Amino acid sequence: MQTDEIREEILDILESIAPDEDLSTLDDAVNFRDQLELDSMDFLDIVMELRKRHRVQIPEDDYVELASMNSTVTYLEPLMKDIVKA
Amino acid sequence: MPKDFLKHAKNHYDVVVIGSGLAGLTAANILARQGRSVLLVEQHYKLGGMATWFKRPGGHIFDISLHGFPYGMVKSCRRYWSKEIADSIVQLDGVRFDNPMFSLWTSFTREDFTKQLIEKFGVEEASVVAFFDKARGMNFYDDQTTTARELFDEFFPGREDVIRLLMEPITYANGSTLEDPAISYGIVFSNFMSKGVFTFQGGTDKLIHQMEAELKKSGVDIAINCDAQKINLEGGKVKSVEVDAKGAKHTIACDAVVSNANIRQTIFQLVGEDKFDRGFIDDAKAVRLNNSSTQVYMALQPDDQLDVHELGDLLFSSTAPKFETDALLSRDITSRTYSFYYPKTRPHADPRCLIVSSTNAHYHDWADLPEDEYADSKQDLCETTLDALDKYVPNIRERVVHVEASTPRSFKHYTAHPAGASFGTKFEGLAVSRALPQQVTGLYHAGSVGIIMSGWLGAMNYGVIVANEVDNQLMSNSSLSTAAAEQGVAEDVAAS
Repeated sequence: MQTDEIREEILDILESIAPDEDLSTLDDAVNFRDQLELDSMDFLDIVMELRKRHRVQIPEDDYVELASMNSTVTYLEPLMKDIVKA
Repeated sequence: MPKDFLKHAKNHYDVVVIGSGLAGLTAANILARQGRSVLLVEQHYKLGGMATWFKRPGGHIFDISLHGFPYGMVKSCRRYWSKEIADSIVQLDGVRFDNPMFSLWTSFTREDFTKQLIEKFGVEEASVVAFFDKARGMNFYDDQTTTARELFDEFFPGREDVIRLLMEPITYANGSTLEDPAISYGIVFSNFMSKGVFTFQGGTDKLIHQMEAELKKSGVDIAINCDAQKINLEGGKVKSVEVDAKGAKHTIACDAVVSNANIRQTIFQLVGEDKFDRGFIDDAKAVRLNNSSTQVYMALQPDDQLDVHELGDLLFSSTAPKFETDALLSRDITSRTYSFYYPKTRPHADPRCLIVSSTNAHYHDWADLPEDEYADSKQDLCETTLDALDKYVPNIRERVVHVEASTPRSFKHYTAHPAGASFGTKFEGLAVSRALPQQVTGLYHAGSVGIIMSGWLGAMNYGVIVANEVDNQLMSNSSLSTAAAEQGVAEDVAAS
């Protein structure tokens, strides 16, 4: 997956986790928590969804990397580069 | 020959979940949705654990723990169960307090509590705001030495009435006391205060039946009347679970176990002390069980209707001059929390009004009573409760058509929890629960522990947290075994 494909995938997961949020105005540089109503359970859901969809494993110590869209994509790039977008 | 509830079970599962409390149910559902094969075993004939109900002749259905939980249940039910389940969650109409210090109605929200603390209790607005902010900012990894009482004394020194208002409902919700860590109080209190207190319309029976249907849809194999007796290990890893299906013995192989039994029971009975490090066992032995409860269930005649606007849904009543842990747990009951159930609880059923009175209690006060004395004590519990309730529901004695009591012994009987613990363990149980998989690969615990992870919402979310770890572990297993296989192939090739 390329950078933009990973971003699309994260957006898709966020949409299912926070259906009431408007994601069209999401600022990739700003922490999710500062612009969306997400709690720690929501981040857990992102981790579980990535594992389920793409068999991507994120150790608990790395959950902090999922703070913003930019940091998430940067973190996931090496882990998802060989995954073919369905 | 009784029915063998494991007759159709497979020989091997990715995960066996032991116990079907809300944590066990939720972990099972998540793991099945993640694609794991899951067997859920429950020793009782009903799913739900403490989230339960019972029926009595005359069309009465009593709920044990339905009222109430924080708004967070809506999101958790929608995400981990179904929209249908989440859509049945409704807010309670009102919560009432009545004791020698004050008498009031509240929506049980931060907004209303702030207003009443300032106007009724005459507390400075700045103190109220600072207290709420402090409670909301608490995390479970924060300082654990400060007690709830110390927290209250910091913001409301000398105000036993304020402490009572803030503490009594949380004691009812999760058994915590003034002597427990402030963080366990702050986290739970803030969860409630965000939007108020909620309940499940349709009753506990509807909720659990909907969950059962979801589990089946997710592919979980469910076995009731199946008592897990032993978790077998091999090379420091979980290997299988021995299950007694009402006389029929089975050994089910598995790669992971999620025990929704009590944490102490999981370690000392299901696995065995010798399988763990000495230091871990010392910590596990130091885990204190939380207290148990007594309840009195009262049903009114079918045409006798109570008014929610007069009584509320929850009434925290006490005749004790001040709020004290010892008084709360004493056999000499002065504090009772009444849950009033109106026809709105089960709109689809015959209209019925029921009242459940709950009081926290010590198991040891009931455990060793001889049978006749036990029966007398239960009767006395019913009588004194009717006497106390008469203040709020006049002539209650003439109006009830069914009255019965449950005690810590009843809770132990139905949930198989040691000492009938109705709120899991005290705070230290959480760390022991979290550390379990480091001791034995594939062994996990999810259930009421550490006060924070108790109540319906806490248990459910803890089930999700643990399911995530199990799923991660199972994936590591498979990638490890693939890596080993590849290594083996490479060596074979090199050797030939």
